[in-house]
Amino acid sequence: MKRVYPKEDACINCKLCEVACLVEHSETKDIFKAYRDVPRTLSKALVEEDGPNSISIQCRHCTDAPCIDACITGAMQRQDDESPVIVDREKCVGCWMCIMACPYGAIQMDVRKKDKHKVSSKCDLCPGRTMPACVEICPNRALFFEDRG
Amino acid sequence: MAVGDLKSNNYCDFIVDRDQERCIQCQVCVRQCPYGTNIYKEADNIVVSDFSLCTGCHRCEAMCPTGCITIRRNTSEFREHFNWKAADIKNVYKQAATGGVLLTGIGCDKDYPIYWDHILLDACQVTNPSIDPLREPMELRTFLGRKPDTLEFEEKAGKISLKTELAPQLVCEIPILFSAMSYGAVNLNFCEALARAAEASGTYYNTGEGGLHRTLFKYGKNTIVQVASGRFGVDKAYLDAGVAIEIKIGQGAKPGIGGHLPGEKVGKEVSLTRMIPIGTDALSPAPHHDIYSIEDLRQLIYALKEATDYTKPVSVKISAVHNAAAIASGIVRAGADIVAIDGVRGGTGAAPTMIRDNVGIPIELALAAVDQRLRDEGIRNQASIIAAGGFRNSSDIIKAIALGADAVYIGTPAMIAVGCTVCQKCYTGKCPWGITTNDPYLAKRLNPDIGTEQLTNLLKAWAREIKEFMGAMGINAIESIRGNRERLRGVNLSERELKILGIKHAGE
Repeated sequence: MKRVYPKEDACINCKLCEVACLVEHSETKDIFKAYRDVPRTLSKALVEEDGPNSISIQCRHCTDAPCIDACITGAMQRQDDESPVIVDREKCVGCWMCIMACPYGAIQMDVRKKDKHKVSSKCDLCPGRTMPACVEICPNRALFFEDRG
Repeated sequence: MAVGDLKSNNYCDFIVDRDQERCIQCQVCVRQCPYGTNIYKEADNIVVSDFSLCTGCHRCEAMCPTGCITIRRNTSEFREHFNWKAADIKNVYKQAATGGVLLTGIGCDKDYPIYWDHILLDACQVTNPSIDPLREPMELRTFLGRKPDTLEFEEKAGKISLKTELAPQLVCEIPILFSAMSYGAVNLNFCEALARAAEASGTYYNTGEGGLHRTLFKYGKNTIVQVASGRFGVDKAYLDAGVAIEIKIGQGAKPGIGGHLPGEKVGKEVSLTRMIPIGTDALSPAPHHDIYSIEDLRQLIYALKEATDYTKPVSVKISAVHNAAAIASGIVRAGADIVAIDGVRGGTGAAPTMIRDNVGIPIELALAAVDQRLRDEGIRNQASIIAAGGFRNSSDIIKAIALGADAVYIGTPAMIAVGCTVCQKCYTGKCPWGITTNDPYLAKRLNPDIGTEQLTNLLKAWAREIKEFMGAMGINAIESIRGNRERLRGVNLSERELKILGIKHAGE
């Protein structure tokens, strides 16, 4: 399946991938409204940085996804081997086992809701788009959306 | 910003005009400015800018996802004075505060006449047909190197073959080469992009005086290796790696003075490539300490030819100075196969501002004078001429070729192709576009894959336009326009200027 692959050498730590992801997953998909939303949508892409090195981390959508095995409610799921791993926010109880299991640190805690409902937040490869928003906006070709087997 | 230095704080050159209505506090601009101009104030959740630090590079403006930033010139004006322009006043303030030599980058930014803009090209009408370059073949291939005085042929068993032994030639598919930009002054990503674009376009790039990084040896077939006064990175393997050798005597941006790479830019890889200790200033002497005459130059030319078995053309690069024509004549007689002349608008990574802006002559005049002198002396065939310094587009280039250049070097346009906005701060080593910096955080901004594409596209576009010019003039080979000043006319030029350029006035 096609996945998002980062290229560390080309990542310039601008974090535009985070901006694009946040906007894409907001209700309005309008950059100005998305940033004024309270609470603000979480970006599923996260740029990790250490000195001159930086890299944009998204869910790897592992073939043998440990987060699915770890999920106690069946919230973490995928249609088939060629589909992205997604989280059903209604089923998720916020036990964070997926976060414990993820070898890439690609899943985040979403604890923004006023009703204290906690859910996992992760990349869904932008359903409805041919190219994920983060890959499209990257100004230095540091993200690729490819089928590398 | 120095504490209490109100002048430099408030008399800033640029204003970062941020539309706070559109700013989403994403801080992309904060992370992208290497000078620390943009600052995020967490307590107020607002991004503000310290204008005194802005160099006008436009990186933040280009990267802002909401387009909330406009970089404007600071319109605050000193009292009008014809002699004392704002830049002059600010320069005095700077030097009074520091006691230092003013530094800058890129080429001369003063308003000396640009002769290209006073020269017009010819085209065919009615009596001679123009050619459509999209339908008919057009030849841009150029051979650089010494051409024989005469050709002799011999016949063996009914087959005619060339008896004259030809000197080694550089074959360029387009008459545009990338000029010398050293590894150290520019980073490896840019060097790699230049090398790959030269390979893809059938032309050459020049290592400058920075040596050849080990990862670039594989592009040797498209590399001109330079030997400058500092001799950085020069050894047998280096000379063998390229297809031509260039002795750098001078550079258009700073005639008469040597290069200066500050120790901060000499990291491990630059140190290995230049063969100097890490962190030492790489100071090229102003002259070559073994060249004080044309005879000395001849010795170095032949030493290099000897070292490479006479398989590579040797070029000598000089700044365009007052006596360029006589010097070029000496260079050709000394045995150079190519003479490269760099005009006053030629670029640099670092030069004293006053030298850059006040020393040298425009390439148009130098080129015309050199070409004419070599023709008058009957030695024009003995060397090719590469003109450099200030070419902005394809029309400048074809005009240069009509004035007598065999090919041109482009440096600044190559940098602009990969993002440079000509902010002239190359010497700080903090290039926000990742070109003239070795800081790994900044250098990553120049992705060699993208850079190669941009440079290749630029050459492709200019080659197409040159073919259009040629077609309009009814010429199907670049050879036919080379030195063909009859196809040029001057406008708004004095008798004297026309005479030096060797062209007629429009209407004649």
